[in-house]
Amino acid sequence: MKTHPRDTEHAEKALSAPSVPLWFQRFMLPLTTAAIILILWSIAVRASGTKIFPTPAAVAKAITTLAEKSLLWHYIADSLTRVFAGYTAAIAVGIPLGFLLGWYAPLARSINPLIQMLRPISPLAWMPLAVIWFGVSNAAPTFLIFLASLFPIIVAAMNGVRNVPPMYIQAGRNFGLTTPQLMTRVMIPAVLPRIIVGLRLAFGIAWVVLVAAEMIAVDSGLGYLIIDARNAGKRYDLVVAGMLMIGLIGLLLDTGIRKIEQWISD
Amino acid sequence: MKVQFSDVSMRFGAMEVLQHVTLGAEEGEFLCILGPSGCGKSTLLNIAGGFLAPSSGSVTIDGEPVTAPDRRRIFVFQERGVFPWLTVEGNIGFGLFDMSAGDRQARVSQYIDLVGLRGFEKSYPRELSGGMKQRVEVARALAVNPDVLFLDEPFGALDSITRLQMRSELLRIWRAERKTVLFVTHDIEESVQLADRVVVMSARPGKIRRVVDIDIPHPRDLSSRRYIELRDLIFGEIGLAHQV
Ligand SMILES: Nc1ncnc2c1ncn2[C@@H]1O[C@H](COP(=O)(O)OP(=O)(O)OP(=O)(O)O)[C@@H](O)[C@H]1O
Ligand SMILES: [Mg+2]
Repeated sequence: MKTHPRDTEHAEKALSAPSVPLWFQRFMLPLTTAAIILILWSIAVRASGTKIFPTPAAVAKAITTLAEKSLLWHYIADSLTRVFAGYTAAIAVGIPLGFLLGWYAPLARSINPLIQMLRPISPLAWMPLAVIWFGVSNAAPTFLIFLASLFPIIVAAMNGVRNVPPMYIQAGRNFGLTTPQLMTRVMIPAVLPRIIVGLRLAFGIAWVVLVAAEMIAVDSGLGYLIIDARNAGKRYDLVVAGMLMIGLIGLLLDTGIRKIEQWISD
Repeated sequence: MKVQFSDVSMRFGAMEVLQHVTLGAEEGEFLCILGPSGCGKSTLLNIAGGFLAPSSGSVTIDGEPVTAPDRRRIFVFQERGVFPWLTVEGNIGFGLFDMSAGDRQARVSQYIDLVGLRGFEKSYPRELSGGMKQRVEVARALAVNPDVLFLDEPFGALDSITRLQMRSELLRIWRAERKTVLFVTHDIEESVQLADRVVVMSARPGKIRRVVDIDIPHPRDLSSRRYIELRDLIFGEIGLAHQV
């Protein structure tokens, strides 16, 4: 239904009415918050006279040195490679498995309890086993990422399939679709929005687990950067620099997935 | 008989839903199945559509027993069955996957005109009103050129003005396409406005109480004596006094 143009005009005016323009709200407000935090941080470090905790300036310097040495880029590349390898493997296994579990009730009855039992185990608890199986190599953290993202993806796909309105399936059958056609033409598009939500959730967990895994199982990556900076000379400026990079990259990737989500649900 | 129910009974566990339903619909006939909520109307339609197997008895269409859903007879749903991820065009063309792109385009276009959705081809269901969505669903069903349409309270969710418009559109389409229609409703007025015959069912377990011929030519005058007579007859049959 079309609303009267004048009504929508009014509505838009009402929404953006606060005298602060939108761009200011979107960019200036968060930037202001950031600036205040940096100032408070600075003051707190100086006032307390700590020799351990770095000032924002020191952290900024640490980031530029890291960036110049190209080590940072290597570490970022290593972290991203691991996370994408584990995450795509989890997608490749998790979505088909979730579909099967959602579609065949007996299969779900036999396998779901196992999944529900494995799910609450923190992926980090697998670390000792991962190190035994894969040694200190890329494979160990990749495996942990795989585990971390697998369960939310399976569960999202399974619940998605189960919650497809039965009339969509009935209509598909009525128009003479075979089961594979029903999957591609009805089930996948019907489930997609839910799967994307699961994928985003899984990615959040994967990114958190990655850093922890890299602190133990490997000798490169953002997690390693942090642990190494502390162990080799208590460089807390590097520690905080690493933390900031992790947060920033995580935010960028999440924004990317969000964009895909919006694009699909449109 | 186009569609023939022969002594159909249905039970879900211990609950008897349908008892010995024997009923035929002729080719091109508009049959309304009327009955109180829960009497098994949807169940009956699902059996005819091949989505459910009866506990006993059988349904034949053109003399062939119904065993599975078939695109020659399409079910239009009570709830919204349009696919939200497809446009109006995509929905209407959904069942035409074995046609060439050109033929499909032409067919879709023809049914967009028939249901009056020209200009909304590229719209998604969430951009449409309830009545428009229902039209998409009817067009999607008609586009595969079925010979039987099963409609399960298709206008139940619409407001009374839209419902009235949709009824006359359905009649117009039915006259143009001459499908056999089995239309489930629990609205007495609706059944008298639409049907050639109204099948009145009892409360669960559903049995046929009476079949009423609606011998009023279309377009029907809703204030004519005969209309009111037949309506009141059915009210009486259902056991309602026509008073509030
Ligand atoms: N798959 C099923 N399993 C168990 N019971 C069912 C099933 N389908 C329907 N029933 C039961 O059968 C009875 C008749 O249901 P049905 O949907 O056919 O009624 P209806 O006449 O269409 O009602 P309404 O007018 O409310 O749509 C109800 O009591 C319902 O709970
Ligand atoms: Mg019903």
